Amino acid sequence: MSKTKTVHKREPLFHLVKRDDMKWWQAWLVRIAAIVVALLLVGFISMLLTKESFFTIYETMYRGVFGKLETGSTVMLWKYLQKTAILLGLSLAVTPAFKMKFWNCGAEGQALVGGLASMICMIELGDVLPYPALILVILLSSVVAGAIWGVIPAIFKAQYNTNETLFTLMMNYVATQIVKYYLYIEGGGSNKINPVAEGNLPMIGDNKYALNVIIILVITILMYIYLNYSKHGYEITVVGESQNTARYVGINVKKVIIRTMIVSGALCGLVGMLLVAGTDHSIDTNTVGGQGFTAIMVSWLGQFNPFIMVLMSALVIFLNLGSAKVADNCGLNSSFADIAVGIVILFVVGCEFFIRYSIKFHHTKKEARV
Amino acid sequence: MEKKAAIELKNITKTFGKVVANKNVSLTAYRGEILSILGENGSGKTTLMNMISGIYFPDEGQIFVDGKEAVVTSPKDAYNYKIGMIHQHFKLVDVFTAAENIVLGINDGKYNLKQSTKKIREICDKFGFDLDPEKKIYTMSVSEKQTVEIVKVLYRGADILILDEPTAVLTPQEIKKLFDVLRRMREDGKSIIIITHKLNEVMELSDRVAVLRKGEYVGSVTTAQTNENELTEMMVGKKISLNINRSEPKNPTDRLIVKGLECVNRSGVKVLSDVSFTARGGEILGIAGIAGSGQRELLEAIAGLQKVNSGEITYLNPKTNSIENLRDKTPKQIRDLGVRLSFVPEDRLGMGLVANMDITDNMMLRSYRKGKSMFLHRKAPKTLAEKIVDELGVVTPSVSTPVRQLSGGNIQKVLVGREIAASPKVLMVAYPVRGLDINSSYTIFNLLNEQKEKGVAVVFVGEDLDALIELCDRIMVIGSGRITGIVDGRTATKEELGILMTKSRYESEGDKNE
Repeated sequence: MSKTKTVHKREPLFHLVKRDDMKWWQAWLVRIAAIVVALLLVGFISMLLTKESFFTIYETMYRGVFGKLETGSTVMLWKYLQKTAILLGLSLAVTPAFKMKFWNCGAEGQALVGGLASMICMIELGDVLPYPALILVILLSSVVAGAIWGVIPAIFKAQYNTNETLFTLMMNYVATQIVKYYLYIEGGGSNKINPVAEGNLPMIGDNKYALNVIIILVITILMYIYLNYSKHGYEITVVGESQNTARYVGINVKKVIIRTMIVSGALCGLVGMLLVAGTDHSIDTNTVGGQGFTAIMVSWLGQFNPFIMVLMSALVIFLNLGSAKVADNCGLNSSFADIAVGIVILFVVGCEFFIRYSIKFHHTKKEARV
Repeated sequence: MEKKAAIELKNITKTFGKVVANKNVSLTAYRGEILSILGENGSGKTTLMNMISGIYFPDEGQIFVDGKEAVVTSPKDAYNYKIGMIHQHFKLVDVFTAAENIVLGINDGKYNLKQSTKKIREICDKFGFDLDPEKKIYTMSVSEKQTVEIVKVLYRGADILILDEPTAVLTPQEIKKLFDVLRRMREDGKSIIIITHKLNEVMELSDRVAVLRKGEYVGSVTTAQTNENELTEMMVGKKISLNINRSEPKNPTDRLIVKGLECVNRSGVKVLSDVSFTARGGEILGIAGIAGSGQRELLEAIAGLQKVNSGEITYLNPKTNSIENLRDKTPKQIRDLGVRLSFVPEDRLGMGLVANMDITDNMMLRSYRKGKSMFLHRKAPKTLAEKIVDELGVVTPSVSTPVRQLSGGNIQKVLVGREIAASPKVLMVAYPVRGLDINSSYTIFNLLNEQKEKGVAVVFVGEDLDALIELCDRIMVIGSGRITGIVDGRTATKEELGILMTKSRYESEGDKNE
């Protein structure tokens, strides 16, 4: 058969065809390639903006994240791990809800009220209760506070089918305002609370962050098991995939929605506790600092798999800290860090398109036998 | 008369991922003829036609209209080539009139509904359509809506008409009317292509038949020179018998009794009224009716998924001889009562299975609650999955393949296999062979027969009247939510069922006028 080119005037140059024949390792190669290309692009753009050499950029990034590891200083490294852990914790928290297709955009608020509950306990009960009891009360109250913040939109969703995205977003503002009010009454004129000495989480050795990191790692494993090997996790998947199927097999959909949001909110509350009792020993409206929203993205990027989410949160925080350092060193605007993260995310999300579709160009079209 | 080619396909190939929908298909449709495209479901009939009408674009090959190469990249292009397609699912605006729907989207700078209506009337008179251009779509029957779709295509000047399974939703009487119209269009010199997998219609209507099998073009034959057996052979590749083995019911016992059932749907419209019947163990009870006459609601009401307004649903437990009331119970409560009720719903991937889960996890849907542990046990479901794959011949790479990647027939085997594995006493199946090829259909029919012989009360909702008549012991006909008759499956005829199917509609229309 002759393979003459027959490109017609009106014929489209290419068209897209859905594919599902890509092997898992091929898909991962595409994803890794996307990240590498994105990082190169970030380096290239930085180079243009800063006139630094290509490799200096990456070195600066590395320094911004890990500091001077070779001199034995692990301060920066632990800070990096801490930030990653907090982001990962929130991502894990929203994941069961997301798997159920309940778009919990309220991790920010749920973590904040959790943190606020810790703060109140630390201030009010700090010199009343013995230390172990105090820690227990802090833990319980923050978990319960987060769960309440999470379950309110869930109840409305289950009973009245309200839109959970708007509802959880609104709850964030309520949480912020409550914290503001608390700062006003507790902080005197300054609207600020000085770090409280009582009720701080125990340190491992003299490391402030190790406990947080360990707790989140344990939760990562537990969450993986919960989602994949427990009956609850199975119900979450069924409800998320098809509520009709869930009803058909006799799953109580309302119950699952409410139960899952209790889990989601409670975990956010716990992360709030780690931030307040475990890190800052104080609170302000910016304690969670938008990580609750970044967590939504990490959860998606990790495809709701806790172990991939570890890598994704590590990547996001790496870019955040690294490009902040580049911006700082070269006198760039702090938005530079956001741009860098944005570029990488765009590539990571965009490469999924090439995993799901293949592009067919028409110049390969065969001439019909005449 | 020398035949002139209206449309010619040359070496058309289309793939979706690794699925080859069409492979090197070449065929020709002539002016003034009715060409049937015959093939089992999944043989690529619709895909092929979608390429002619501009929905898809072929990966390879060419299309010629009147001998000139045509590039059809959109339905609009198709109209420029005077090609019009009537899809299986109608695309009409409910609150508009027929005329408004017909002119919708024609952008020639003029909008004169009066003139258009006149032109529509002319088209209707010419071909014998029975259509009121001023009638609103939502008041129309399915057959009237189809007429609107056909007139819409004619109005745009199409002289190559493609109809995708036009008879699927029609009663035998309406089918006859449609065929008359199509014949008149043929006489007018139009080229008509109809997609179907119903042999009797092919024989009755078409001049020529083109057969597709697994995406490939098998050949064309002149209808007058062929017979149903030959066509079946072309369609499925090997000769298979068309007989379903129907045994005499062995001492049928009442199992499920429905009395005076009434249900309304979410929008408050009454979908079932005064439905009473008894399903007996050891018997297959067929339910026939035009799509959307309340079949789904009936089965869902029994399964505990549809709210019941009034009436009774009782189950006679053969083990304990106790009488259980199933009304107003959730599916879980029904199961907790010890009622062995299995249900194969119409919407396989949207209700019966979870598309993104693998076969093992789908097996677990029914059984995952067993045991007090909070963790899942995948061993038993995996064994069951392997057993079903093995015994029913499910074609799948492994039991850990997501069911959405399986073909329609294999998906159905997984679902029916799971429901039967629960060793039911009542087995309800809704359209179990819809979209399945002949071989898979017979696998399913045999499974239902086996269950019947085991003493299960089988309730079978079907659309293919031939299959209902061959398979069922009794056939209950439902029309507009009412039972219009229960007939013996061994003596019933298609005409009799067809009349019963439409009976209630006219009666209830009469009610409204009173």
